[in-house]
Amino acid sequence: MGLTQILASILTILLVAILTRGTSRVLSLLALSVLAVFWFQPAVPLRSFDFWIPSLTILLVVAVWFITSQTGAWKSRQNLIGLAVIAGAITLVGLTRYIFPDPIITTTTPPRLILVIGFIIIAGISIAAFTFLSRRLAFTVTLAIILLLAILLILKSPILSLQLSIFLRELTGRSTDTASALDFRWLGFSYISFRLIHVLRDKQTGRLPELSLPEFATYVVFFPSLSAGPIDRAERFATDLRKDFALTQDETLQAGQRIVIGLFKKFVIADALALMALNDTLATQVRYTGWMWIILYAYTFQIYFDFSGYTDIAIGIARLVGIKLPENFTSPYTKPNLTQFWNSWHITLTQWIRSYFFNPFNRWIRGYKIPTWTMLLLGQLSTMLLIGLWHGVTFNFILWGIWHGLGLFIQNRWSDFAKKRFVISNPRLQTALNVGGILLTFHFVALGWVFFALSEPTLSWHVIKMLFGVAIPSPFGRGLG
Amino acid sequence: MQTKPRLYPLLLKTTLLLVLFNFAFPLLSGLPLGKLSLYNKVFPGRERFPFGENQRGYNLSLFDLDAMFAAHILVGTPKSDDEFRVLLIGDSSVWGTLLTPEQNLAGQLNSQNISACEKNVRAYNLGYPYISLLQELMILDEALQYQPDMIVWLTTLESFPKEKQFGAPLVANSPERVKQLITNYQLPLDPNDPALNHPTTLNQTFVSRRKDLANLIRLQLYGVPWSATGIDQFYPESYEPAQTDFEADDSFYDIKKSEPLRDQLSLEILDAGLNATDLPMILVNEPILISDGANSDIRYNFFYPRWAYDEYRVMLAEYTSSRNQPYLDLWNLVPNDEFTNSGVHLTPFGESLLAEQVGDAIQNFCE
Repeated sequence: MGLTQILASILTILLVAILTRGTSRVLSLLALSVLAVFWFQPAVPLRSFDFWIPSLTILLVVAVWFITSQTGAWKSRQNLIGLAVIAGAITLVGLTRYIFPDPIITTTTPPRLILVIGFIIIAGISIAAFTFLSRRLAFTVTLAIILLLAILLILKSPILSLQLSIFLRELTGRSTDTASALDFRWLGFSYISFRLIHVLRDKQTGRLPELSLPEFATYVVFFPSLSAGPIDRAERFATDLRKDFALTQDETLQAGQRIVIGLFKKFVIADALALMALNDTLATQVRYTGWMWIILYAYTFQIYFDFSGYTDIAIGIARLVGIKLPENFTSPYTKPNLTQFWNSWHITLTQWIRSYFFNPFNRWIRGYKIPTWTMLLLGQLSTMLLIGLWHGVTFNFILWGIWHGLGLFIQNRWSDFAKKRFVISNPRLQTALNVGGILLTFHFVALGWVFFALSEPTLSWHVIKMLFGVAIPSPFGRGLG
Repeated sequence: MQTKPRLYPLLLKTTLLLVLFNFAFPLLSGLPLGKLSLYNKVFPGRERFPFGENQRGYNLSLFDLDAMFAAHILVGTPKSDDEFRVLLIGDSSVWGTLLTPEQNLAGQLNSQNISACEKNVRAYNLGYPYISLLQELMILDEALQYQPDMIVWLTTLESFPKEKQFGAPLVANSPERVKQLITNYQLPLDPNDPALNHPTTLNQTFVSRRKDLANLIRLQLYGVPWSATGIDQFYPESYEPAQTDFEADDSFYDIKKSEPLRDQLSLEILDAGLNATDLPMILVNEPILISDGANSDIRYNFFYPRWAYDEYRVMLAEYTSSRNQPYLDLWNLVPNDEFTNSGVHLTPFGESLLAEQVGDAIQNFCE
């Protein structure tokens, strides 16, 4: 989200907060969120795909709602209105082609209206067929989860993304020479898919409360948290949505304060640090160990301020309509050990992974008679690997996941060992140990960012060596001749 | 007891304060904010003036001479007793487009380890892209306070046309300095020329000047990658070589062949520069590309038709000779395959040829 989009989000949500109540508020948020899915979608080199990708997002959301809702729930007035709002919003985006000379919601001119209406009809038929099947076949929910994971895998894997781009270019009769893995950018899919999987899994386990279509769709594509989270839980979100909320001066002030802090973090601190933060180019250019550390620190703080700034903005904007999105960061760099760091860094993702992977995995592995330490190692490694892969199916994220998985395991073993042997009664020593723990954890995390920030493991290795003074600067071609 | 802030009074006060600050900001316009710099304090000074439009070069162009000097190594280097300080004034060829600080003229002169007047020569690169004598005079005028022992002024015909003088963005955005130069050197130029961006109260507000201020901050932030890498320019993997084929066109600006060239050039600005100090000064007519492509009998290169450039050389030789001005005419020193993307930008080898000549001239001057 850029500044314009943030400002527009604040203004529209203020209008919603002031002018609407109850159902009309939910429907207004739904309509705005659907429009935002189109507006926030970045440009895609494939023709009209900046329209079709958001349309697919909406299709997936509606399809998952049909699968997870009670039989015949769609016939209720509220849900029919919800369907009409969604179809209307998509049609409205399509109509902008005929109203405005330049695209105003999508980045390029939307496709012809006949295609848009065709899409809505086909989507409706597909959803009806899928829902019909889902009532008869028990594995439909699993199938939906697999489908979402497959899309996520394709989007996060450069090789598969490239193949998809080539396929789509061939399909649309375009040259495949310029195909790139970045062609098919699907805004917010990492978050959308995890919200949908959470709902589908809760449906499987019978923990999902009944949600109306407007509540459900607003939860999944709620525009303040569309592009950078947090990943809320559906039932918690719906509780806030159902509350009779009136915007007070106090709420406005608190929300405003949060937005201003977020804007400052993102657009002042993070963007300033971005000018000097570690990246592929700088990694090969830095000539001195000391400066390499400074550039790594710059990245370490940039990624925090960028991400937590966006979270503050999302939390602040949502608060204006009474939605209290969960916190995602609670001073992670001040934690004395890695476990606490992960309890305060991207909290909602960690909790999601804990709920839907780590805990089930632990329950499953306990069935095998293997030593506790092996179970722990496997659990930590696989969990952190999964978090790494969520960011991208590439070696650098795999290494980053392994780094943290091993770190968590070692820290856990050390804590266990130390707890039994050392009792520290001296408060000064305790403080010193705490400070030491914070510094150690911070530097462990910072070194982990080397793998995260750089695209090639060889480059990461070069930087690590340089940070510890065991590498000469890599040769690079400055100047010509 | 702490009271909770109330929304509307808070919004009102904040808005009022912002408006007040915005419109009071012009009161600070006299403060040389550009002189506040982390360069030469936290970061090493830059080897050449900040210039560039590419983030990958860790550099940017700004039109604040104070900030440009404050970021330059010249300002932060105390002059030792055995230093013979030489300032190089000129355009992008002196600045060193596509060349690293070690490859450009100043870098090559410094690597020669030459001495002059029994001192060690240390050359400082004060070249700046955009070609205009007035811009060069502006830089020279400011640079004189940094204890030079000698000035080497490299120039070319493209700097001379009258219509070019206010065209350089640095000049156009420094109307006060231009006014001072006109007064101090009694230049026959109009200080109210519309090409100069004269400040009004409205365009001095905080909102109007936000980009200038952001650029000042950005320059400081780029101090980190500059210090870490020594890179101050984006070097593309390839570039478009200088043009060698031309249309059969012998025009040079609006200059008429029928009238004396001298009358149509800003020689008085060169005059002012040469008279600005009693220090020794060497004037250099910098090397140009002498192309051998289509219509090269009409044009030497993209910049110059032959008639204008030949006339300029004769004029400059006569002018320097009449005032006993040390002068090097190096126009044809560099072979045409030692130019890069322009008829005045040299390769490292081309620069080494130039550095040899200029180095000799510096040494011989004292002898």
